[in-house]
Amino acid sequence: MDILGSFSLLLAFLAAVYAIGAGIAGIVARKTLLTKSARNAGMAVFVLVTLAVACLEYYFFTDNFSMAYVAAHSNRSLPFYYKFAALWAGQEGSLLLWTWLLSTYAFFAIFINRNKHPELMPYVGVVLASVQTFFLTLNNFVASPFGLLAGADSAGVMRVSALADGHGLNPLLQYPEMVIHPPMLYLGYTGFTVPFAFALGALLGRYPGEKWIHITRRWTMIAWCFQSVGILLGAHWAYAVLGWGGYWAWDPVENASLLPWITGTAFLHSVMMQEKRGMMKVWNIWLVFTTFMLCILGTMLTRSGIVSSVHAFAQSSIGNWFVGFLALVFIVCCASYWKNRDYLRSDNQLDSLASRESSFLFNNLILLAACFAVLWGTLFPVLSEWVVGNKISVGPPFFNKVNIPIALFLLLLTGVGPLLAWRKTSFDALKRNFAWPLGGGVAAGIVALVFGFRDIYSLICLILGVFVTLTIFSEFFRGARVIAARDGSNLVSAVGELTMRNTRRYGGYVVHFGMVLIFIGIAGVPFNKDIQKEMAIGQTLTIGPYSILCQNFDRVTNGNYDSERATLEVFRNGKSEMMLYPERRFFLASQVTETMVAVQSSPLRDLYIVYAGRSPENGQPVIHAYLNPLVKWIWFGGIVVVLGTGLALLPNRRAALLLRPVSEPSWGDRLPARVSPAGAIARRGEGND
Amino acid sequence: MKVRSKFMVGSAIIVLTLISLAYVGFTQSKTYYHTISELSALHGTSLHQRMRVSGNVRSGTISHVPGAVEFVLTEQGKDLNVSYVGRDPLPDTFKDGAQALVEGKMRSDNRFEAQQVQAKCASKYEAAPGQTPESPQPGQTSNGAGAQSAGS
Repeated sequence: MDILGSFSLLLAFLAAVYAIGAGIAGIVARKTLLTKSARNAGMAVFVLVTLAVACLEYYFFTDNFSMAYVAAHSNRSLPFYYKFAALWAGQEGSLLLWTWLLSTYAFFAIFINRNKHPELMPYVGVVLASVQTFFLTLNNFVASPFGLLAGADSAGVMRVSALADGHGLNPLLQYPEMVIHPPMLYLGYTGFTVPFAFALGALLGRYPGEKWIHITRRWTMIAWCFQSVGILLGAHWAYAVLGWGGYWAWDPVENASLLPWITGTAFLHSVMMQEKRGMMKVWNIWLVFTTFMLCILGTMLTRSGIVSSVHAFAQSSIGNWFVGFLALVFIVCCASYWKNRDYLRSDNQLDSLASRESSFLFNNLILLAACFAVLWGTLFPVLSEWVVGNKISVGPPFFNKVNIPIALFLLLLTGVGPLLAWRKTSFDALKRNFAWPLGGGVAAGIVALVFGFRDIYSLICLILGVFVTLTIFSEFFRGARVIAARDGSNLVSAVGELTMRNTRRYGGYVVHFGMVLIFIGIAGVPFNKDIQKEMAIGQTLTIGPYSILCQNFDRVTNGNYDSERATLEVFRNGKSEMMLYPERRFFLASQVTETMVAVQSSPLRDLYIVYAGRSPENGQPVIHAYLNPLVKWIWFGGIVVVLGTGLALLPNRRAALLLRPVSEPSWGDRLPARVSPAGAIARRGEGND
Repeated sequence: MKVRSKFMVGSAIIVLTLISLAYVGFTQSKTYYHTISELSALHGTSLHQRMRVSGNVRSGTISHVPGAVEFVLTEQGKDLNVSYVGRDPLPDTFKDGAQALVEGKMRSDNRFEAQQVQAKCASKYEAAPGQTPESPQPGQTSNGAGAQSAGS
């Protein structure tokens, strides 16, 4: 049993190598049988890696402490869900998770398209297998998760040994989000491999037509969605666990996850220019390439410890492998672009500044600027050490200075862009579309100013947030009113009908709305308050409208940790509102103390209380209370973004209706009562985005 | 061509604005990283810049004085006297022998005034099982594909 995991991992490596070799041979020799065999090998990688993952999980659940990885990251009294999550608690397991998720994507990408695009899929298969080969090399020969604990006995012979109990899971990771955050983020990172494979495959094979760009766009949306969820879950984890009252610190590991998200966002917008107008082909393919390379770079930053980070997950020489792989990917991208650059000739030119195209261009320009700034700031310690021999790091002020104006400009474009027409928008149309949303935004700004709202960035954010929200709602309203008038249905069901007819456009609006909510949540930061106080039983602390009475301190213990706990009663306007229990836990297996923050969250504000420790002078407990407005909007906005992306991935209902022959006799009877056949026919004439 | 040049002008304005913002942010927040031995070689303005210094906390040197926590950081035989004046409680990992990263400025009396202290416990997270002091002796870790077959 012990050997099964490492053996199937080795077989997976061989299968991936075979998939490359047979795939290339099949393309060159035009042998269908070879191509098919390569395809099957590509799918077999998934089965074999799955087996390896299952083995490692089995070792965790059976407390097999002769496995070095299990002994380092688990212990007997660890709850079962953390034993499950301990798979990705360390370097080796994280890389195995990467490989497994990648092979899952590769399997579905190949399986779904197994009978389609015979001119494109062999190339895609080779690219996918190549990326998998790199990661399987790491899994097998550089950072194997299946190492055994062994020691020399008295005769000098190496014997397998086992620990009585493991060292336990890093307490920072013992939090529900940690069960789901790494897989989500890795689903994002790995997911961008599929669009990369399709883009590179189409370029290499000079695949005719624009079909590949549709496939690429859909897969990018899936990866983008997971990346968004992963980033937000990471932010929420940092907020709920690290106990410093914030959720984003511009830490290298956080930045690393943001970079491919930014370029992915840029691609999802500029790809529309290629679909509708045949423009930006070179730009788009390089965006896909860049996104993939940033994913690899992000994985490298997270896994190698090249840039020191508070997350400090790993310190190892594995970075060299990633640098080599990145260089190889870059060379392959450049070479295939150079060889096939005539394949990417643009069909159209920019016609006017007041057009959808130019709003996308500015959107891309600004996103790339953000990406560059974040990348520059993240890698600056490394770069400055190379160039001037001095390690210089830049802090949050650098990132905020650049990215806040960028973010606000993007928010403006979110409102403006979708309402501009392709090619050219007339001044009248501009006035008609923007007059009252802009008026609403400015009115909200004036009201806020009157109520003493003085932070300039938050004020702009509020104005733009209201403006964008109003444009989105007016879009839904205008479309739904037309349908409601035509079908005689009510406005609410007309909104549903409208959305389902053009899921991509209206799903996109929902995503935009989710982003507005996130922006508003972030705009609450300048209004954060915090206070720190030594508290004895019976003492009170006041923050904002709350006063917090310290009722008791006690100790709780279980097999996993000992905990010191404060019992606090929160009063508001003299009335008792709730009890909060911030804790400090001392984890027995790892001998590490962590704080458990007590958060009382409401849409308006979070009351966030940390048991910060005991005062060094008199041993009294120190309570640190934060009042963070609007944080909940960020998490809620994230849910809206996911829902919107899901909507945008659904097929359009209109297309399904068109498939039915109009002359079918029973068609009218089967339609829901609210839809008249005349309306159904009429709707075919409507335009889409 | 006219639209194209308009777009170029717009882009140039945006990019220049961002570059100047980046420059301001950079000068405000750049932090030098120095080792303790490098500090003695620094003089003039470079000594009074904001910087980060790392080292190990010398055992028995942590003392609490009103308004500050004082300790000695040591690295490769060189010592640095540090006064921590920040308002957050020190991390739990900050104890004798721990690896610490302090951020702040040198004072004129050759004391380092730290606003922030990060500390990493030596035996944390990624340590190989054999290295944790309180653990039973498991012998050495074999951690490569070649050694796996030995365990079957």
